[in-house]
Amino acid sequence: MKNTHLLAGILLGMAAFLSGCQDQGKGTNGALASSAAEKVYVAPGEHDEFYAFVSGGFSGQLSVYGLPSGRLFKVIPVFSQDPEKAWGYNEETKPMLNTSHGFIPWDDAHHPDISQTKGELDGRYVFINGNNTPRIAKIDLSVFETTEIIEIPNSAGNHSSAFVTENTEYVVAGTRFSVPVPQRDMPIAEAKGNFKGSLSFISVDPEDGRMDLSFQILMPGFDYDLAHPGRGASHGWMFFTTYNTEEANSLKEVNSSQNDKDFIAAVNWKKAEEYIAEGKFTTVPANYAHNVYDDNTHTATSTMKKEVRVLDASALPGLVYFLPTPKSPHGCDVDPTGEYIVGNGKLSADLTVHSFTRMIDAIENEKFEGEAYGIPILSFEDVLAGTVKQAGLGPLHTEFDAQGNGYTTFFISSEVVKWKVGTWEVVDRQPCYYSVGHLMIPGGNSRKPFGKYAVAMNKITKDRYLPTGPEVTQSAQLYDISGDKMELLLDFPTIGEPHYAAGIAADLIKERSRKIFNLTDNKHAHATTSDADVKVVRDGKEVHVYMTMIRSHFNPDNIEGIKVGDKVYFHVTNLEQDYDVPHGVSMIGANTSELLIMPGQTETFVWEPKQVGVWPFYCTDFCSALHQEMQGYVRVSPADSSLDLSWSLGE
Amino acid sequence: MFLGPLLPLLLFVFPLWNITLEAPQYPIPLGMDIYINDFADTHPHDIKNINLMNHYVGMKYIPDAIPEFKIFPAGILITTAIGLLIAFKANYKWYLYWGILMVLISAAGIYDFYLWEHDYGHNLDPKAIMKFTNPDGSVMGFQPPLFGTRDILNFRAHSYPQLGAFFLAAGIALGFVAFFLGKKESKQHQLLVKSA
Repeated sequence: MKNTHLLAGILLGMAAFLSGCQDQGKGTNGALASSAAEKVYVAPGEHDEFYAFVSGGFSGQLSVYGLPSGRLFKVIPVFSQDPEKAWGYNEETKPMLNTSHGFIPWDDAHHPDISQTKGELDGRYVFINGNNTPRIAKIDLSVFETTEIIEIPNSAGNHSSAFVTENTEYVVAGTRFSVPVPQRDMPIAEAKGNFKGSLSFISVDPEDGRMDLSFQILMPGFDYDLAHPGRGASHGWMFFTTYNTEEANSLKEVNSSQNDKDFIAAVNWKKAEEYIAEGKFTTVPANYAHNVYDDNTHTATSTMKKEVRVLDASALPGLVYFLPTPKSPHGCDVDPTGEYIVGNGKLSADLTVHSFTRMIDAIENEKFEGEAYGIPILSFEDVLAGTVKQAGLGPLHTEFDAQGNGYTTFFISSEVVKWKVGTWEVVDRQPCYYSVGHLMIPGGNSRKPFGKYAVAMNKITKDRYLPTGPEVTQSAQLYDISGDKMELLLDFPTIGEPHYAAGIAADLIKERSRKIFNLTDNKHAHATTSDADVKVVRDGKEVHVYMTMIRSHFNPDNIEGIKVGDKVYFHVTNLEQDYDVPHGVSMIGANTSELLIMPGQTETFVWEPKQVGVWPFYCTDFCSALHQEMQGYVRVSPADSSLDLSWSLGE
Repeated sequence: MFLGPLLPLLLFVFPLWNITLEAPQYPIPLGMDIYINDFADTHPHDIKNINLMNHYVGMKYIPDAIPEFKIFPAGILITTAIGLLIAFKANYKWYLYWGILMVLISAAGIYDFYLWEHDYGHNLDPKAIMKFTNPDGSVMGFQPPLFGTRDILNFRAHSYPQLGAFFLAAGIALGFVAFFLGKKESKQHQLLVKSA
């Protein structure tokens, strides 16, 4: 009996050992892969935890992704024409792309920033800059549409933009290229000392969000690269990195990289407000467009503004101070407490961190080591808080979590490095594939970062996806930053070239997202809100068609009496009042895009028929079971025809 | 007995009945609340969207107004007035008659509702875009259930009484309760009279 007991004991022990081995095997092999997959898996029908608004770079647009899934939800047209949504093609939105240079169908969109209240993201608006023809756009997050664009005069390469202050008092926009201010015909070689930079403060109305270029600060002719606002104790200040303090005008890659240190410009905008109140500004002539889209008229208007208030930083004490910062700093980032200002010296291996408290102390004790064009330069040692030493090569941008860590991207060494704010020690590093530019932590530029995830946006992808010819997609990478060590979870492709992005908890936005436009609120000048008002009106060679659409027909769908040489305006109103029932419309031979009209909305396209015949139009958005039947005809007669206009439906 | 005739007045505040339509494309279902004097959207624009759906199979648009919206409120006001008059003046036996009257009127209302539903679901436009037939070859109707839940093509239709109907029922019930209490009281009274 004893033996059998022993045998049974051994067998049981072995079984336990074997099963233990099996468990261990699962734990080490399968679990790692599956845990990354599980962390980004958002089951069908479930919602992501965060929205990410990712700049489109040279696409000019703003894309909306879900995190952690990396799923693309929408590409919001901002600065570039978008035939899918008729943005910049229909009569209503053409004015949105108007500038002092006329209609511009494209721009280079870099830095989205979400509006804030008391230093925390409030989810009302996203602001983003147009880099090439300096502009700031506002996207209203109740409709996910661009509703306002303001052009920035006296600026070129609008790069240190569009960053909001703690209560969205201002969106701030700085010039990258200094230029003659005002513009004039002069030799390029005389740039030094004659070109100027400008920093623009665009006020945002707390009630309706309306933007207004409140004032500009005229600065020395450096390059103003990036910016971030002070918060908490440093609220009221804005920090800009500068490079090319050499003021070179040619072969800048060499000639702008000679100085060992450039500056972070600390701008006291509360002081600027005082100077404005005291009348210490000059009003200078300017010419810039202010374009506003109205969700009730469904129409944009463009107004040319003719002057701007300017404060001269060289002549107004206390307005601007320079903080020496090594090696052509790129990103300028402020930690959640507002105490630390990080200068990412892109030609360096180190990160320079300045202290706001020490800066104020140095200013109060007037510890200046010199001045540039009348602007005091503080001593590097007096403002330095610390250095993150030998963290990597080519630091570009830093964001923060809620636990007192900084996360910095290194372009040349292609990695994200995590370091401790205060002790400046590096605690973790993870590679990026490849050559990361910006990174984004939801809320990472606010008093209250959400932490949890970081998104790195890479400039080069090479072999990361299936090849698609010489041009391959750019890429974002998602890291879990909730633990001590960062964990790479996901690659996902992006639209255009992503520069900065902004992320926010979905709960702060999704409940406010509009489903339809109320037909009863439609104030479009050419709206047709009931079938009784459908008509076709001739005014010389102009013909206006007042048309409606509802499942699954146009009214009218037969039109006669149009002649070659007419200019025909189709004003089309979608009578639907149900969520997710847009209709489209397109006309054969129309030199424009389709219209994609949301329920309750009116849009207009122009058609100039050139050939006699009977020409069809149809609905372009699969709207219903009878979408294929949603079509109509227009009869086009010779220019000298005497046929009167007539129109009908179902007769 | 006073409360009984007053409760049906709440029909002017709360809906009598509700019809809800669920379908895969409508994660938020379409719904119509039927008041004594109105059809109302459960969510904004629901009736318009029900009409849009139903026109494919040739159903009529749900009308803005029907004659019943005048008759029913008048009926309720009159029966309430009668009920109150009875409560003040009349013998308990009249409570029973009032209760029976109310039951009859309610039954007539439900029958009228059924007739409208039947017509709405069966009297289809001969030019309907889509025509469906039952397995036996007859034309398929789309009548929502009078009470309960029924699958109609891609929709699941629910039809149930709402708060207003419950107040009406409670009012009628109170009428009967008042009658039985009155009867009891009067018997006791008679006994007292006899024993005295």
